[in-house]
Amino acid sequence: MSGTGDSILRVAEVERRFVPELGLGDRIAGWLGMGVDARPVRAVDGVTLEIARGETLGLVGESGCGKSTLGRLIAGILPPSAGEVLLDGQPVMRDGRKVTTRIQTVFQDPFASLDPRMKVGETVAEGPIAHGLTSRADAPAYVAQWFARVGLDPEWAGRYPHQFSGGQRQRIAIARALAMQPDLLVCDEPVASLDVSIQAQIINLFLELRRDLGLTMIFISHDLSVVRHLADRVAVMYLGRIVELGPTADLFAHPAHPYTAALLASVPKLVLQEGSLVEFSAIEGEVPSPLDPPPGCHFAPRCPRAAAACRAGRPPMRDLAPGRRVACLFPDLPPG
Amino acid sequence: MTPVLEVADLRTHFLTRAGVVKAVDGVSFALGRGEILGLVGESGSGKTVTGFSLIGLVDPPGRIVGGSIRLEGRELVGLSQPELRRIRGREIAMIFQDPIATLNPLLTIGQQMEMALRAHQRVSPRAAAARSAQLLEQVGIPSAAERLRAYPHQFSGGMRQRVAIAIALLHQPRVIIADEPTTALDVSIQAQILHRMRALARETGTAMVWISHDLAVVSSLASRLLVMYAGRLVEEGPTAEVLRHPRHPYTAGLIASLPAMAPPGAPLRQIPGSTPSLMSLPPGCPFRPRCARASAACAQMPPLARAGARAWACHRPEEA
Repeated sequence: MSGTGDSILRVAEVERRFVPELGLGDRIAGWLGMGVDARPVRAVDGVTLEIARGETLGLVGESGCGKSTLGRLIAGILPPSAGEVLLDGQPVMRDGRKVTTRIQTVFQDPFASLDPRMKVGETVAEGPIAHGLTSRADAPAYVAQWFARVGLDPEWAGRYPHQFSGGQRQRIAIARALAMQPDLLVCDEPVASLDVSIQAQIINLFLELRRDLGLTMIFISHDLSVVRHLADRVAVMYLGRIVELGPTADLFAHPAHPYTAALLASVPKLVLQEGSLVEFSAIEGEVPSPLDPPPGCHFAPRCPRAAAACRAGRPPMRDLAPGRRVACLFPDLPPG
Repeated sequence: MTPVLEVADLRTHFLTRAGVVKAVDGVSFALGRGEILGLVGESGSGKTVTGFSLIGLVDPPGRIVGGSIRLEGRELVGLSQPELRRIRGREIAMIFQDPIATLNPLLTIGQQMEMALRAHQRVSPRAAAARSAQLLEQVGIPSAAERLRAYPHQFSGGMRQRVAIAIALLHQPRVIIADEPTTALDVSIQAQILHRMRALARETGTAMVWISHDLAVVSSLASRLLVMYAGRLVEEGPTAEVLRHPRHPYTAGLIASLPAMAPPGAPLRQIPGSTPSLMSLPPGCPFRPRCARASAACAQMPPLARAGARAWACHRPEEA
């Protein structure tokens, strides 16, 4: 799935800048000619992507890399500062407003994403009624169908969010997204706040839904083992840019970008043999401030392979092998 | 070798208006000198309350209602707050998940470290600064002497957690309780800190109770593993052995449910149901309603059975 065949979503040169909101004191200081930091943060910095119909794309990276912002740009929650997001050739947003219901989102925190004063059945029915996917009269049966689909007892539609466990609340959030009959589901850390034993239940639900409904999914996660399990392709982000993109198994087996390699090596593995404690090959240093990213390749200051050319300009994204792209001047070449 | 910390039948209950929540209910274990012990469990298992009990930080309505905690033979349960304050920070220290909550935003790192030092010993400002800088270096903070003048907000999350670790190490305590100290950090920073903690335990002889929900983190750090469920210890043993051949069905289910345990895209083994409310535990084994191996015998609370270094609380354990 290189994304070139039957593509459903196209992200073209998308950029998102955030300008810090200055308090009154800062603004006065600015007028008085003092150096006030009002530089914009480029949370997403020129990202181009294509997603094929029916595929699951994993979006990984560390905090502040821009993966959630990119997810929001794709879902039409945030307008891009430059570039465009196209669903089947049509813009997802117009004049700062989302103009499609075909993209829905599932967030990390099912506690925050459900209205505590609304019965969960009403929460799920709200969107479909507003968009004419069902009528008020048919809504209970419509909701019951989606409850059953995500493994919830339809009888529970009359209950309130606090009467459910974390895993059940996440099922409700998924039912709400699915009831809009989306083609593309953007999932931002949907299992991160769940207990391990509940995580497996929700991952299995995603596997089923993808198979049965032919959903296209963007799965944003900091947990590489979850992404490895669910994603067909993976995009690795670092400081607002995609640095590597490829089929999951290939990318995990042979990371081409030095950052991907370092990231994979940092993940603790389950140690099953006494005395075989793996030495962590930690990446040196920390992610630089997005307010003041280094010139050229953003990873260069931490990269063991960086040369002068890396600091001179942004390394272009290039093809290494079919479906494998990397933004590095000195990548590890996959075998074969 | 005598253990540095011995916990026997620890019971910490929360007396709420709705009833008694037995957050920790009969936990026993021993910690050897320089040993790293992993304490794992899901939310509501009692692992964090166990940690807070060890360092005497359980707030009302919570209370240690029974059992014993001996630090180098000295009983901690029943000590007054002033007595506990003399021990806390010096002989037993804690690292929390959120370093923001530990550090005072109005004081420089140097001031906070000096205060922490002076809580237990008389030192000149110059000696305090030297000792603080040395510890910051030990936990991997570059140009430590200058960083002492910085405020917490000038540090990243990973750097703040290093500062919290340095403060915990100031008095070379016998025991450090670490409650999910790397959970909020990125994997690359987590790897740096785990690496450093392992080396520090080796160099300083400080023993650690490492509380985590993450089996992979614990397996790469702890030589011994305790598994808690609904306030009780359900399994104990050498980490790699427990992970290879768990005896308690809950431990087995937890390991089998990890994505790494199934081929990509294949359904994961899952434990049915959800973690129980401590307010409405069934009689007998608390895992019984979710357990595929449960039988009539499980209506009785299973005792902790021991064999060598292993222990499990189950009437029908998995095959050895």
